[in-house]
Parts: sequence; C-alpha cells; structure tokens
Amino acid sequence: MSRSITRAEVEHVARLARLALSDEELDGFARELGVILEHAEDLAALDLDDVEPTAHPLPLVNVLRPDEVRPSLDRDEVLGQAPAVEDGRFRVPRILDAP
Amino acid sequence: MTATEIAAAVRSGQRSARDVVEEHLAAIAARDRDLHAFLVVVADQAREAAAAIDAAVARGEDPGPLAGVPVAIKDTLCTRGVATTCGSRILDGWEPPYTATTVERILGAGGVVVGKTNCDEFAMGSSTENSAFGPTRNPLDPSRVPGGSSGGSAAAVAAAFAPLALGSDTGGSIRQPAALCGTVGVKPTYGRVSRYGLVAFASSLDQVGPFATTVADAALLLDVIAGHDPLDSTSIDDDHAPVSPQLAAGVAGLRIGLVEELTDVDGVQAPVRDAVAQAGAALEAAGATVERVSIPSAQYALSAYYLIAPAEASSNLARYDGVRYGLRVDADHAAAMNAETREAGFGPEVKRRIMLGTYALSAGYYDAYYRKAQQVRTLVIRDFARVYERCDALLAPTSPTVAFPLGAKTANPLEMYLSDVCTIPSSLAGHAAMSVPFGAGEGGLPIGVQVLAPALGEPVMFRVAAALEAAAG
Repeated sequence: MSRSITRAEVEHVARLARLALSDEELDGFARELGVILEHAEDLAALDLDDVEPTAHPLPLVNVLRPDEVRPSLDRDEVLGQAPAVEDGRFRVPRILDAP
Repeated sequence: MTATEIAAAVRSGQRSARDVVEEHLAAIAARDRDLHAFLVVVADQAREAAAAIDAAVARGEDPGPLAGVPVAIKDTLCTRGVATTCGSRILDGWEPPYTATTVERILGAGGVVVGKTNCDEFAMGSSTENSAFGPTRNPLDPSRVPGGSSGGSAAAVAAAFAPLALGSDTGGSIRQPAALCGTVGVKPTYGRVSRYGLVAFASSLDQVGPFATTVADAALLLDVIAGHDPLDSTSIDDDHAPVSPQLAAGVAGLRIGLVEELTDVDGVQAPVRDAVAQAGAALEAAGATVERVSIPSAQYALSAYYLIAPAEASSNLARYDGVRYGLRVDADHAAAMNAETREAGFGPEVKRRIMLGTYALSAGYYDAYYRKAQQVRTLVIRDFARVYERCDALLAPTSPTVAFPLGAKTANPLEMYLSDVCTIPSSLAGHAAMSVPFGAGEGGLPIGVQVLAPALGEPVMFRVAAALEAAAG
C-alpha cells in the first residue's frame, strides 16, 4: 500500500518544524516521505495491542542528586558564542505581532 | 605501534610522547588532504599536551593508561574552545564552553587529542557523504566511502593518523564504518559511557564508543571512558568492571548464536554471509558451542528505527534556532528568523529526518507510526531476552556490504538506510555490540563481523572479539 503525502501536509509539517523550505524542497519531500513511510506501513499492519511501548532502554525513574551548588558555565563565554547579545542577554528579533 | 605499545613505551620513558605525536601529525599532514578524515587538527595543543606528559614522566609520575597516545575525536563531541560542528553549517565555527566527559577522561588518562573528525551531519548517514564540509574517503580505497556516520574516526584509525578514536553510534555509526575501514569499533551498552557533551541526535539510542586497530586497544579505551557520570542522568550508576583483563579468558564453554534474520536478510553479500559462518566455525574450534538463533522482530527493526530516531531528532534539533549559538539568518520577527536559519543551516538529510520525525509525532499519526515503532522496540527486546537465555553472545554481519563507491547510494535515502539493517536491532535494545575485522570480500575490502551481547555484556563480548581477532590472524 502506498501512502502518498500531499504538498499541503508537507507545508504543515515544515511549519511545525520551523523550516522555511523552498518550493522544490516541498515537492521533493512530498515524494520522498511517501516512499519512506510506505516502508513503514508493515508496522502499521502489525497487531500490537497488548504490547507496551518502549521509550527508553533503561528502567530509570526520577534520577536524583544532592542539591549542591556547583560551578556553572561562564556567562561571558556562553554569550560570546551567540549571534547577537545585549546587556548580558541573548538578543532576538521581535516575537509579538508577528505576521 | 598499537595504543597499548605506545602507552607502555611512553610510561617507561623508552619513547617520548612528543616523538609519537610528531609522527602522527606528519602522517596527517602527508595524507589527510586526500582523505579528509579531520575537520580540525589541533597540532599545537597536541604538542603542548605531549610535552606535559614527557615532563610528568621525567618527574617520575605516571601520566596514565593512555600516556602519549594520539586520539581522534568525532566532531559530535564537545571540546572547549575547539570548533565543534557535527558536520553542520548551522554550527560552523561554534566553540563549546565545555568539554565532553569522555574527552575529559581521555585527557586525564594521558591521551593526546590530535583533532576532530568528519561525520555525516549530526551523525545522520551511513557514508560520511552528508557532512556539510565534504566527504571522507576510505583509506583502503579512496574511491569508496569509509561508512558513517563516524567515517572520519574510522578513516583516521585505518590510515594510522591515530591509533585510537572516539565515535558515536545511534543505529550503527561506530560499527558500520569500523567494518568498512577494517578497524575494531565498539558500541557500548546504552548508559555505560557518559553522553555528557555528546551533541544529541536520538537520546534513547546515542552512545559513545572506541575505534582501534586491535581488540586490546579498544578495551584499553573503553576502560578509560566507561563508568558512571553524575552529569549524565542516563548513565548506569555502578562501577565499570574493566574488560581488558578478560581478553585472554578464551571462549571455551561459551554459547554463541548466529542470528538468522540478520545474516540471511536480502542484500547481505555472499562473502559477508560466509565470513559470519567462518567466524562461528572459528569460535567452535576454540571451544564454544554455536547454534542458529532467531530474532523474528528484527525484520521490523529498521522501519521502527527510522521512525524513532527521526522523532527524537526532530525534538533534539529544535535547539538550533539561531538564538544562543551557531548560525543566524536575520528576519524581522523571531519565528521567521528561526525558520530561515534552519533552512539555511541544515543539509538535505537532516531536514528529511526532521520532517519525517515531526510528521511521525504529529496529531493523527502518532499512534500509527511512533507508538507502533515503540511497541516494535519492545518486541525486539523480548526476542533478544529469549535468545540470551540460551546464548552468551551472538554473531551477525556488521554491514551487509563492504565499502561502496562514493555517490552509489546518495540518490536513494532508503537504500542508504539499509546499510544499518544489521546494527539497528541491538541499538533499539540498548545492548552492547562491536565489529571485528574478519576476512575480505569484493575487491579485497575488509568485512566486519558483529559480536552482540546483552546489556553490560561487554566482558563476554570482548572475549569473543579477541578470539575472532586471533582466528582472523
């Protein structure tokens, strides 16, 4: 069974993933993702209702450590790697009233 | 010289670390222009570290088990003040403000970091052709790929640029390039080695591990990097039992399984299949019992992996947003800046996986794809558990094929994904696995036989690997 993916679906996913894909990329992914997901269709056909999902290979629950003060990263060194800073903070373009 | 030999010579004062590092820097200078194993060579730092080790030896101090041994580090591992890009434009020029625990441990053991190695962008690929900075070539045949994603580390060891290297393995990214370059490559049990400072791809699968030319050297490096790290909450909270003392223990009495589904799967070249059979025969001759075993869910593992890993990646790679580090493409509001930055900074395969993962996690498809894939993961774990009731370790091919020509699989993502078909099941289970050179295939190129062991089964895995190495001659 072939699962085709529409260009509208690809545009929606690209928006969720914050990728400003070009028209060519949108067409390409509509085709490629369909092929890859077709390969995954054999999973969709499996009857796994009684099988618990595994999210992680280790049975870890709430790993805790003592709440002790430790050195953290040097602020200037971290900010020194940022594309734009102002007054010891990361500077970004406006986030409100975005189109 | 092997790493074990170098460390012994430097510790005893027979050879200077400075001499060792110069020899390896000269080898890099002579040949890496053609191979491109390294993205960065830190010659001055390496010389300084070597001088410090020689000074320590002169003072009568022991620099540690890796004294003076050159080590190459995959560029997915953070190194403070040294560019770390993961083979991606989006991190071009980024200098991390901290160093990965594994690298710290190598430095603490007297190892000398010589540089950062090339890889598929964010470790997504099986040939190192997805690096934004150009491919690495296989030292054994430069018209062919070294495998991936840790292709630069495998090539660096195979070309004798460094006797040891670190890689990272999510679905086979240490084992497959090790096989294609004729080196030993180890994916430790999930949680055995710290992931602190490893740039995240798929956090429930990623694991750091060694490349080496011999099984003993791989054990030497694993024993340095393994063990609990309070900075990685998923690291296993107990002491690492060193594997090096196990190497001479032999395989007499061990029960070995040959995994049918991974050996007889379509696409496994005949000489690779034969090598696994011969490896089984060699272990039998050394006193082990060998039987064929079945992991029925293995046939679904590849599909499950290529939903789970992209899903985790789509979440992990959300951090590349143009705000805190790396590339920024300016725009007049933040959301557009994020999207334009990611569009410009990520290459085609990374975008493909982000799209695939975002789709698999999106409303309406989560149950059909992501949850199903996680359920298959449970089946794989159950199948392995059943087989490990009867077997101490398993054998399978590492890669279905020997090294393939550059460009052979770049046009078809699915065909490239099939390179990982034999390595993925143990990754999903979080188990230990390693590749050992065993025989040759098409064109005399090396074949890797994969040794699989249950969680924390490294001691028995290394016994089997040592026996295979001895039998391969």
